[in-house]
Amino acid sequence: MKKKELAVAALENGTVIDHIPSASLFKVVNLLNLESQQGSVTIGNNLDSERLGKKGIIKIANVEFPEDVLNRIAVIAPRAVINIIHDYEVVEKYEVALPNELCDIVRCNNPKCISNNEPMATRFHVESRDPLVLRCHHCERTVPQNEITLKN
Amino acid sequence: MNTRSLVSISDLSKQEIIHLLDVASKFDHNPNQRLLEGKVVATLFFEPSTRTRLSFETAANRLGARVIGFSDASTSSQAKGETLKDTIMMVSNYADLIVMRHPLEGAARYASEISPVPIINAGDGANQHPTQTMLDLYTIRQTQGKLEDLNITMVGDLKYGRTVHSLLEAMQFFNPTFNFVACKELQMPEQYKQFCRERGLAYTETTDFGPDIINKTDILYMTRVQRERFSDLMEYERVKNVYTLTASMLQGAKPTMRVLHPLPRVTEIAQDVDDTPWAYYFEQARNGLYARQALICRALDIQVP
Ligand SMILES: [Zn+2]
Repeated sequence: MKKKELAVAALENGTVIDHIPSASLFKVVNLLNLESQQGSVTIGNNLDSERLGKKGIIKIANVEFPEDVLNRIAVIAPRAVINIIHDYEVVEKYEVALPNELCDIVRCNNPKCISNNEPMATRFHVESRDPLVLRCHHCERTVPQNEITLKN
Repeated sequence: MNTRSLVSISDLSKQEIIHLLDVASKFDHNPNQRLLEGKVVATLFFEPSTRTRLSFETAANRLGARVIGFSDASTSSQAKGETLKDTIMMVSNYADLIVMRHPLEGAARYASEISPVPIINAGDGANQHPTQTMLDLYTIRQTQGKLEDLNITMVGDLKYGRTVHSLLEAMQFFNPTFNFVACKELQMPEQYKQFCRERGLAYTETTDFGPDIINKTDILYMTRVQRERFSDLMEYERVKNVYTLTASMLQGAKPTMRVLHPLPRVTEIAQDVDDTPWAYYFEQARNGLYARQALICRALDIQVP
């Protein structure tokens, strides 16, 4: 019990992103731009999870993320759970929701796609959710989950 | 997006496809109808394709339109680094319709999203070439008298061949039975087989190209096997000959069977097939004119009497 408390230090205010597959944890860390955060950031990985086997968790003090960031998390970790913490209490808890269409979030893997050769927003349709498969609106190629790359 | 644009064959419903084939048939009977008097059609060929460009320009000319454009990106502003968007915006100031071919996939879709005038896709890389599919459908209906319940055999490069993929998608409305004949390296991708299974379309798959398949076929759709698809040139030399159609292979074919090919052919149809009653690829190419006339009229919302 003592060990568990150490791994998940209490947060007064902020966001806890839980149930991130271990393999995707650092992709989520990257997209959140955590190195520029002023408040405390706790990152845990390879924690035991009934649902995922091994999971990662990220706790960020004094921050709530806007919807477009949550959409980006949903692409990398479709079943991640967001906990909003106020005054040490979980005031909101929900699974990220992947929208049916992703606007300018994902990069197309096809080097011959117009979206990689023209200054323009990418657009992807969610073709399947489990496993996650995206389809480029422009070149119509599909991208499986393990090949998805986010646009910067 | 301009709803009159045509980027992919899947932009068209079954009803629209049938209507367009009926319109194409009107042009087949009378190709010279000056329905586009005063209109300007731009043909923007960011990569050269003389065959397709001539077909479109003839279609526009026979409809009485004026044609502007370029046939090679090296002579266009693209060579100076202009974005596709800027080229499209500039040309849409002058033209009522833009027909474009582009080496990049998705270029036509993107153009259709930004252009104030309709776009017809004349090929975007390996992706779509819907006017080819329309002329294929027109030719199939013309030769068989119907589109329903046909046995369609596709031979050659089924992996990269966009014409067979689009034809497969378009035929979903007409209860086809497909036979996919290709070497292991060039088989129909799983995604299209899944497409068939999800829609209950029957298909067979084989590496053997011979009378067993040919004799039950209504439409024998041959495609080009390109050398650059092979890492092993010995394999290419072997495959090239296995998937070549010769007149002697046609002896047991149905009298109504027709051989189609998107052209240009290399060696996959022997010259001696040309003189048989089954050969239809040159007529098929001519039908491209009528199909494109119908699609130009659709794009400009012009009723064909
Ligand atoms: Zn793409």
